[in-house]
Amino acid sequence: MKISVLSGKGGTGKTTVATNLAYYLSKKGKKVQYLDFDVEEPNGFIFLKPEIKNTFEVKVKVPQIDESSCTQCGLCAKKCNFNALAVTKNGVLVFEKICHSCGLCSLVCPVNAITETEREIGKIEIGYTNNLKAVRGVLNIGEPMGIPILKNLKKLITPDYINIIDSPPGSSCSVVHSVEGSDYGILVTEPTKFGLHDLEIAANVIRQLGVPFGVVINKSDENDYIIEEFCEKQGIDIIEKIPFDRSIAQKYSKGELLEDKSFIEVFENIFSKIMEVS
Amino acid sequence: MKVCFSSEGKSLDSQLDPRFGRCKYFIIVDTETNEFKVVENEGFVSEHGAGVSAANLVVDEGADIVITRNIGPNSMKILTSTKISIYEGQADTIKANLELLKQDKLNEIKEPKKSHFGLQNRWGR
Repeated sequence: MKISVLSGKGGTGKTTVATNLAYYLSKKGKKVQYLDFDVEEPNGFIFLKPEIKNTFEVKVKVPQIDESSCTQCGLCAKKCNFNALAVTKNGVLVFEKICHSCGLCSLVCPVNAITETEREIGKIEIGYTNNLKAVRGVLNIGEPMGIPILKNLKKLITPDYINIIDSPPGSSCSVVHSVEGSDYGILVTEPTKFGLHDLEIAANVIRQLGVPFGVVINKSDENDYIIEEFCEKQGIDIIEKIPFDRSIAQKYSKGELLEDKSFIEVFENIFSKIMEVS
Repeated sequence: MKVCFSSEGKSLDSQLDPRFGRCKYFIIVDTETNEFKVVENEGFVSEHGAGVSAANLVVDEGADIVITRNIGPNSMKILTSTKISIYEGQADTIKANLELLKQDKLNEIKEPKKSHFGLQNRWGR
């Protein structure tokens, strides 16, 4: 089973929901793994504090040009869809960060002067908090593309676990990558105009992907009607509300999980609603 | 000598485009014959590597000098390794800048701007 937690808006509480839900389920004795797909800023491990057992490097392929056989015909640069190559008087220049590792340049080279080499862009870490398995992808600073790490993370999703995916914020490419194929999507939002605006976009994206989903209102207060009206109009379930509470903020800022009885009920409810749907 | 300008329009009275990679047109002036050619910049609409695409185009056109205002690291690398000199335009129009170049009043650009400068630094974190 695969449950994705997404938000459309950063700072809404995806990680709070995802880590606590994963922790709660593992406490109940379920076979759970938490996967942090927010590779640009993976912060789930701050709360789960797993002991890291395995680390893998994530590498992408980049072209390497053999200057002695290259005739500088320029075909590789012309055919490259991403403008990652340039032919100059001093040979062929490769712009590694623009390269999408498609391999077309090595196919079109008439003299076979291009081979593919590997370049590290980040890593994947696997660890454990008691019986909860926790996985995260970390993109190296300055790298523009996290998708190759997400592709590797996806391989670690196994059907015999309950997989809780902590998606990146927003509704971009990498969010689509992490959510597609989920059995359920938890859309975390906050009762503000910004929250509503981004919720509308995220709801459209997840609908296109054909994933059943429900909304969790975090920082819930007297403004909830903004979200409630929208959800009613669109026929979206509001599965739970997490109150706007100082004690939650304090725990969050210390990097702690919400282990109080009152919150356990919240996560119990979220999980039982998900089980009803999927 | 071929001088290439990043331009907002198609004539010598057009404004110099401050961006190199995402300028709309390149105007290439042959200083011996005083004839000029307008080339549409494919980098303008490019999703990826606008600077690389634009610089490739300038190299293919056989320019000797480029006049623009802001140029990124990738384009600069391509132009300098093709031995194309880059000067910073001072005046508003292409014509006025050409005049300044002839009087030797333009400065050479030695350092590139941050990448994605043309996107108003939305990506230039």
